[in-house]
Amino acid sequence: MAQVTLVEACRLAALQEMRRDPRVWVLGEDVARGGLFGQYRGFLEEFGDQRVVSTPISESTIMGAGLGAALVGTRPIIEMRIFDFVMCAMDELVNQIAKIRYMFGGQARPAVVVRMPHGIWRNSAAQHSQTLESWFTHIPGVVVAVPATPADAAGLLVAAIRSDDPVLFFDPKNLFPVKGEVAETIAPIPFGQARRMREGSDLTIVTWSATVPAVEEAAGILAARGISADVLDLRTLWPWDEASVCASVARTRRLLVVHEAVTTGGFGAEVLARVVERLGPGAVRAAGRLGQPRVPVPFAPPLEDALKPDAPKVVAAAEALLKA
Amino acid sequence: MSGDNRARLVALYGTMCRIRAFEETALAAHRAGEIPGPLHVSIGQEAVAAGVCLNLRTDDRITSNHRGHGHALAKGAGVAGMMEELFGRAGGHCRGKGGSMHIADFSVGMLGANGVVAGGIPIAVGAAQGLRMLGSSAIVCCFFGDGAINRGPFLEGLNWAALYRLPVLFVCEDNGVAAFTRAESVTAGPGVLARSEALGVPALSVDGNDAAAVDDAAARLVAEVRGGSGPRLLHAITYRLMGHTSTDPAAWRETGEVEAARSHEPLPRLRARLLAEGMPARALDAIEGDARAEMSQARGSALSAPWPDPATAWDDVQDNGAMTDDAWPFGAQETV
Ligand SMILES: Cc1ncc(C[n+]2csc(CCOP(=O)(O)OP(=O)(O)O)c2C)c(N)n1
Repeated sequence: MAQVTLVEACRLAALQEMRRDPRVWVLGEDVARGGLFGQYRGFLEEFGDQRVVSTPISESTIMGAGLGAALVGTRPIIEMRIFDFVMCAMDELVNQIAKIRYMFGGQARPAVVVRMPHGIWRNSAAQHSQTLESWFTHIPGVVVAVPATPADAAGLLVAAIRSDDPVLFFDPKNLFPVKGEVAETIAPIPFGQARRMREGSDLTIVTWSATVPAVEEAAGILAARGISADVLDLRTLWPWDEASVCASVARTRRLLVVHEAVTTGGFGAEVLARVVERLGPGAVRAAGRLGQPRVPVPFAPPLEDALKPDAPKVVAAAEALLKA
Repeated sequence: MSGDNRARLVALYGTMCRIRAFEETALAAHRAGEIPGPLHVSIGQEAVAAGVCLNLRTDDRITSNHRGHGHALAKGAGVAGMMEELFGRAGGHCRGKGGSMHIADFSVGMLGANGVVAGGIPIAVGAAQGLRMLGSSAIVCCFFGDGAINRGPFLEGLNWAALYRLPVLFVCEDNGVAAFTRAESVTAGPGVLARSEALGVPALSVDGNDAAAVDDAAARLVAEVRGGSGPRLLHAITYRLMGHTSTDPAAWRETGEVEAARSHEPLPRLRARLLAEGMPARALDAIEGDARAEMSQARGSALSAPWPDPATAWDDVQDNGAMTDDAWPFGAQETV
């Protein structure tokens, strides 16, 4: 086991898969020079420019060409550079990639991975900081992966590359420097299995991606105050581990969902709704969501901090739920 | 005329008759209420699909657009599967999930019609890139209309294909209109040929209603593309005899316009040429008759073919997380 950063863990995972399967390749802007974050460092040297393709700034065609190449039997990793640029490739993603298998009656399975580093990161402001993962859970046909640790990012990326269905892989870019253990041989992590971060009985906290460290810190603070939280990192939002969340809430009867995305219309709403549908309203004594207010991400550090869900906000939300 | 040449013209005639018969049969079925949804026919444009696809191998791929019946038939897509798809039946190529606008037949390299204008362009260049990566000698042919050249993927896709010298033949089917609007009224500059050349994709124009000319031009360009010279674009000038969809009377056209166009539509032109070269009228009538019989039989079969089982609506979404209990509403309050 080696201690590596999350971005390095992702690099190792893609490297392992490209060595394992010659049909896997990567395309996107600047990938031949290692990618914006170094997640493809050394790939050009090892795999050559047919499999490590630095592209023009043509997001529609980066996405659409990845699809076309998948339709003839290759397995591309489509790199979007920064999540926000996928807006320029929405037709290719939503109308084409997500629809092809179904619309053509199962004749084709576009085995693509779309990597989209998302979230608040180094005061990059409104067009480079968004967390809109909930949009994509609304689209049948795609897997939505939102890892938060080096091991999970690596294992889910391996699973994504091996998946015959399209996988949208949201790299948590603010967590790229976070370190953790990664196995020498990276095994795929099945989609739809939450990771229990902490065992507890007073309330259930569900989170994913960028807010995982804040929730971890908050759970420690709560524990010091005698409150035991059962904490789950969903790791994938579609499919998502409804069973584990429901089982936890059935015990604690209190649920807090924390995500970096704007609260309104965020995936937290879906989690709450499903829990109530499945357990019945009587089974839940209190439930709440913590996310960003419905405001674009601002530039100045004090403004950004004001909106970002952090450990103190999680603690406050959890304590409020316990009083309810 | 050599026997080979004659055989090519006869093949073109056969394909064009089949496309025309397919679409006229489909239109009749649509009017009779047998086909749901919109139908975009390419009546008058058959020579483009036939002339280009005659130069393709089965393992070559094509991408198509919303007006794609001709492209699919010319590429060899099975008629029964196409007709059943239009009828929304279980035996359709897409099991009744695509319909006219989303026909695909991967078994003959037909990677799909497309409901989004210019949607096939990025897919085509990627398919070419993938084929090259896999060591295949197959090429990709990408059909789109003159309306598509004003969308971003046209610029991106041509630049991309030229940059990587990909084996793609772009075919711009210029029928003069984009839906209900004259394409020239919304297209600035000198047009598709100049745009293509400016992006590094050599291009040529052809009379798209002259099947033999399309065949010749396509043969030349396909040879260049297959030979590794990079992408090429064929600009085929044609005319859409019908409205945008089956329910559009295209009443906005000038009086006499369609009648004038009829005088140089592709089927009678090719027929006249074959007659002039000594082909007996009987033989040509037989080709046409066979095509009509084939399509009317396909219509009959499609009409009596089974509908898809509603349970198949859940099939082929995705392996991970296609939750069949998603529609489960209230009631059973199971605790997990
Ligand atoms: C991106 C997009 N915009 C608009 C439409 C609606 N639409 C369907 S066909 C069409 C006209 C396309 O013109 P052209 O490509 O020249 O083909 P034609 O219909 O003339 O054969 C339009 C605007 C669409 N399908 N996709």
